[in-house]
Amino acid sequence: MTAGQSGMARCINLAALQVLIQLLAGDGYAVIGPIRRDDAIVYDRIAGITDLPAGWTDDQGPGHYALVRRGDDALFGYAVGPDAWKRFLHPPVETLWRAQREGDTFTLAAPRAPAPRYAFLGVRACDLRAIAIQDRVFCQGAYTDRSYADRRRNAFIVAVHCGGVGGNCFCASMGCGPRVDAGFDLALTELVDPAPHRFLIEVGSEAGAAMLARLDSEEATSSDLDLAESVFKRAASQMGRHINTRGLKELLQTQPHHPRWDEVAARCMACGNCTMACPTCFCTTIEDHGSIDESSAERVRTWDSCFTLDFSFIHGGSVRQSASSRYRQWLTHKLAHWIDQFGVAGCVGCGRCITWCPVGIDLTEEVAALRMATDPGSTVSHEHP
Amino acid sequence: MTTAQDANVFEPTVYRVASIVREFEDVVTLTLHPEGVQRPAFTPGQFNMLYTFGVGEAAISICGEDEDQRGFVHTVRQVGAVSQALASVSEGDAIGLRGPFGKGWPLSEAERGDIVFVAGGLGLAPLRPAIEHVLRHRSRYRRVTLLFGTRNPRTILYAKDIERWRRQADINGVVTVDHADAGWRGSVGAVPALIAGAPFDPRSTVAMVCGPEVMMRFTVASLLDAGLPAERIHLSMERNMKCAIGLCGRCQYGHDFICKDGPVMRYDRLANRFSVREI
Repeated sequence: MTAGQSGMARCINLAALQVLIQLLAGDGYAVIGPIRRDDAIVYDRIAGITDLPAGWTDDQGPGHYALVRRGDDALFGYAVGPDAWKRFLHPPVETLWRAQREGDTFTLAAPRAPAPRYAFLGVRACDLRAIAIQDRVFCQGAYTDRSYADRRRNAFIVAVHCGGVGGNCFCASMGCGPRVDAGFDLALTELVDPAPHRFLIEVGSEAGAAMLARLDSEEATSSDLDLAESVFKRAASQMGRHINTRGLKELLQTQPHHPRWDEVAARCMACGNCTMACPTCFCTTIEDHGSIDESSAERVRTWDSCFTLDFSFIHGGSVRQSASSRYRQWLTHKLAHWIDQFGVAGCVGCGRCITWCPVGIDLTEEVAALRMATDPGSTVSHEHP
Repeated sequence: MTTAQDANVFEPTVYRVASIVREFEDVVTLTLHPEGVQRPAFTPGQFNMLYTFGVGEAAISICGEDEDQRGFVHTVRQVGAVSQALASVSEGDAIGLRGPFGKGWPLSEAERGDIVFVAGGLGLAPLRPAIEHVLRHRSRYRRVTLLFGTRNPRTILYAKDIERWRRQADINGVVTVDHADAGWRGSVGAVPALIAGAPFDPRSTVAMVCGPEVMMRFTVASLLDAGLPAERIHLSMERNMKCAIGLCGRCQYGHDFICKDGPVMRYDRLANRFSVREI
């Protein structure tokens, strides 16, 4: 269903949005939404609409992020912050199991507590795709990551269409947005001007329909629908960046010795920020913790990054010693190998890796450079703010 | 979305150390018996994740089973914290085991032809169950050659087995050492140099190779020089690995995950990256 289908779309006002949050909480969901903290818009527990970052937007560029005032009171008037929803579905630190020594053997502890039930408010089109990509990684291979699958199955998703996009956004290039098309329970389009402040609301699942039925809503007018359409068009026209994906997989998989890898490595600090901010990066390491009396032990999974030396360590030393080989691994995996592995590219065009790179390395620019040097005839847009 | 499996794929099963053989210096071979459950079946070339309490888990090739097929046999060299702990266990100790994982050697494909096994150092361990398989089904294979290179005569892994394979199974086993001592009357030098003189018909031979990557690189070059097609050369690859089930992302080698697309991989499928450094 799309907002454009007449007779299907409905509108809710701010009070109904507040009720939505309360109903979700009442149904046992931990409601997670955008809040303003540490000069950024991050995702955390919310109790109501007053927690939302009304009137704030984010100014983004390579290695640059700043919150600035909007001229209105939009609640979702920003692009994306440093957090991705993977923080909740694929948490940064997670105990896989605990064990207890018993005599001359050990036993694993009883099964964990039930998985949390999250309701996510404000999921962008890029991040919906990112969740779908992590579903493929964790749930659709030979082995299922049970704890991810449990959290995912429990989740209620309220998507929000982008009304304006950020300077590092290129979801349109990756075919992921800016319009939300699937994978949500409810989807909102925020209509601020002209008053009253309201939301076009679309249903994406039975659970979403049931929830909408509990809210005060009214049928969307044709002017609401026109206004929503103009919101989508504006977002699509504002893409700060662009990536040409044609033949990109083949290009990356056949250029392991391209001089650009060394060039980018001269700037790359191999800090791994891009992988932490990326909504699809899923790599982890495992830490073993033991009690001092050796009576108990646990295995803890934590996010890891292919930019660390430890990541590729085998007996004799790390396979990927140079920053050049580590950047090559990350970019080639993200944009090329991922397609072989999971049937889809691992990039959703959210731009987080560009924003949160301390030296402002821009993967769209790196791809363009790799392409230019191998194919001087290709047309690639270099866009710098 | 698929439904979650009932079992937590990260939870090991408890096995007991049934016996320990010190092969030499820092290398031990452990026989592990499951407690209260039957040992799962395995394919030669697969590996298990072995866990020592509170220390951690390591991917270790399966190098065989004991005679009553009750347990797994694993050879471990102490190189890191986990393998150090594994090499220090006592009989009766409990350790954790997940597995078997990965793709094994192409033993059916090799039937009716010659086989060349090429091993470097501990690389003989994952080939051992493949050789034992050939020994059990000797009539299915024609000429079988084992070329094994190791540092010196004191580090000849499974020396008694090699002798038995030669004697009982008409396996042409050649051991070469990097550094000889006064008593050594065998071959000296790198293992790839033995390939040119080995008895096999390149038109109907399957090669199975395991050792350090640099050794495998020279071995592949010699096998190709001998006329073996790339698609009949199989290598056992190694990368850092935490989960063994394709979820931790660490063991990627190009677009493959060593844990599930390997560890045994056909050379023609990785030829384009085999010479790329740091991949």
